[in-house]
Amino acid sequence: MALRDKQGRPLVAVTGMGVVTSLGQGKGDTWAALTAGQSGIRRIERFPTEGLRTTIAGTIDSVDVEPFCAPMLSERLAMLAAEEAVGQSGLASSDFPGALFIAVPPVEMEWPQREALAKASGQEGDVTYKDLLKAAASGEFKPWHDLFIFGTVADRVADRFGTRGSPISLSTACSSGATAIQLGVEAIRRGEMEAALCIGTDGSVNPESLIRFSLLSALSTQNDNPEGASKPFSKNRDGFVMGEGGAALVLEDAEKAKARGAKILGYVLGCGEKGDGFHRTRSSPDGMPAITAIRQALEDAGLAPDDIDYVNAHGTSTPENDKMEAMSCTAVFGERMASVPISSNKSMIGHTLTAAGAVEAVMSLMTIGTGRIAPTINYQVPDPAIPLDVVPNVARDAQVNYVLSNSFGFGGQNTCLVFGAEPK
Amino acid sequence: MRDVVITGVGLVSSAGEGLEAHLTALAGGAPNTDTASFEPFPVHPAVPLEWDRQIPKKSDQRQMEPWQKLGCYAAGLALDSAGAKEDAALKGRMQLIVSAGGGERDYAVDGQILTGLRQADNPGVFLNERLMGDLRPTLFLAQLSNLLAGNISIVHGVTGASRTFMGEESSGVDAIRIARERIASGQDDIFLVGGSYNAERPDVLLIYEMGGFLWKKPYAPVWERSADGGGMILGSGGCFLVLESREHAASRGAKPLAAIAGVASDRSRRRPGSVEGALHGLSRQLGAKPDVVLSGATGIKGITDEERAALKDIAPGAGVHATGDLVGHTMEAQAPIGVALAAGLIARGGPSEALVTSIGHWRGEGAIRLTKA
Repeated sequence: MALRDKQGRPLVAVTGMGVVTSLGQGKGDTWAALTAGQSGIRRIERFPTEGLRTTIAGTIDSVDVEPFCAPMLSERLAMLAAEEAVGQSGLASSDFPGALFIAVPPVEMEWPQREALAKASGQEGDVTYKDLLKAAASGEFKPWHDLFIFGTVADRVADRFGTRGSPISLSTACSSGATAIQLGVEAIRRGEMEAALCIGTDGSVNPESLIRFSLLSALSTQNDNPEGASKPFSKNRDGFVMGEGGAALVLEDAEKAKARGAKILGYVLGCGEKGDGFHRTRSSPDGMPAITAIRQALEDAGLAPDDIDYVNAHGTSTPENDKMEAMSCTAVFGERMASVPISSNKSMIGHTLTAAGAVEAVMSLMTIGTGRIAPTINYQVPDPAIPLDVVPNVARDAQVNYVLSNSFGFGGQNTCLVFGAEPK
Repeated sequence: MRDVVITGVGLVSSAGEGLEAHLTALAGGAPNTDTASFEPFPVHPAVPLEWDRQIPKKSDQRQMEPWQKLGCYAAGLALDSAGAKEDAALKGRMQLIVSAGGGERDYAVDGQILTGLRQADNPGVFLNERLMGDLRPTLFLAQLSNLLAGNISIVHGVTGASRTFMGEESSGVDAIRIARERIASGQDDIFLVGGSYNAERPDVLLIYEMGGFLWKKPYAPVWERSADGGGMILGSGGCFLVLESREHAASRGAKPLAAIAGVASDRSRRRPGSVEGALHGLSRQLGAKPDVVLSGATGIKGITDEERAALKDIAPGAGVHATGDLVGHTMEAQAPIGVALAAGLIARGGPSEALVTSIGHWRGEGAIRLTKA
């Protein structure tokens, strides 16, 4: 029997998954902590936080890289997640039979490097970029070119795993991880490749990144109790908490995967996306773009709204996102939404930004695989405007066959994925 | 598989605004170069533009830095050229892929902070206080890679869905490749694809100067720089293309300029001879027999010479234009610009087949084959 979906396209199976978050390394550790309702949010120790409005994050402090900077940490997190995923898939560890699609945070040179260049310039008066350029001419800083251009993380990961062709580095802001998966699904469905390595990674908790989000008033400022700061869907939610993470999925043409006897962890059944031209950081007040993305994902999966057993929410804990997400889900699922479990992993690991869509894809598949739904923690003050079953505070056992995972981002990005234990 | 045609081109650079101005400039004359502003680094500066013509709201203009404005402007020109600008329903289902780097910094603030850090009792706290106090909150939105796409959605109403590819030159080739594949396979009908680059920025000059890639003498053609050490001259510009299936174009009465017959890209492990070998491979993969080549050559020693040698075999007798000699090296926008020019030449009735090359300054090789529509 040919393993095709209702539209005649190859079915896309997941045969390997890996993840690293502030809760642990590996999907086993992370899942155990998530279903135990533990928080990975803590006080930032990595740099001084005096003078900042937000001093907490879901940093990954157990991974050491040199020099310490966002692209190095992001690369390392991607490598760790991909080693786990490719290892689980049983595919060759350095000759991967498909392309790499990787969501990476936008990188640029950071302050330690600027300071080193300023020092090397010998300028003792006012420092300008002219001085930095003068120092750069020495050739002494050559490795920093490679380190701080946009294609380097992908290039190194592609080298490590021997992926085929030109790797694609991408950003759709906070839905990037989901878009990486979508690109892999599309390539397999077109028959261009048998497998795809799809990764989302983000290790960018540094002073300037944090301050940029802080200046947009996007972050929670409830620093006193770090573990309680991320409160998706609660009335007292006041912003997201930055988190770091990496997640990787090995996608395969299901027919090829079965033929080689691989264990199938689940299927990516549908993808939906819709742009929003309303505003740079806010979504259309009628929610139509998010609603359309959800509907497209369901349609692409060949499912009806009633088929969905669980929604893995974007659930950032910002006043705007959670309200809009609840409204959009309710518009699609109707009255039934009041009883569809919807929970936010971000209540525990924070918003892993570029990685979030991929991290949450792994958690969605873990939900299917274990029959257990991770909770939304810190849910003490329900928001009457969001009358949903957010799986408050405690994990729950449930038979879950189909999951909708939402990702929304600045710049009008809305990407939704549907995962299933089996195709319908 | 469906044919994919180009029905709209929007182009701005140091050579002017619009496809016609660029085809005229391609015929001859010295490129527009600014040697003074960033001395000793020449750059090819974007021509002054009346932003209002494509970005009507001042409030939108204020939210963008030059790289986004260049891209947004070029996207508007492409929509005009494709006859799509006034069709809200069409733009509402038009897909968008942008190849982008990141945005500008506040150079004065950076300088002041670096000056102050030297004397600060507690540098970390000083940095926090200055960044909190001195960064414009909206600058972040002008820096984020995916916010060029976001601005195009807002300003022009292109809201099918957007994806932003990063990774220097390769992202431009792969944006066109993925768009073409999605149209050819029947997944989508119409795309806006392209990128933009602002070279008039000390922070990007800094990155490439650290790597030793910049040409620091007065302008010389890219093919002639190797003898003098080689190097690239960055250029400011933006280019967007409207791609659609042949049937879709016909159904709305849009006239194709050219067809995209194939896009190939790869990542060779760079060593002497690898670029030459990669170009041969890409050309074979595409079945290329070009009458004209639009080369994205950088002028960097070694790889530029290898490209020239490969092109002698791949395209004997074909005219070879280096887009770097017209607009400079526009990084993520280089491949789209090459495709725009090739489409323009084909539409004029000159060559019947064109090959666009993109050899990244550091990694990534790509080629695009265009034929008569």
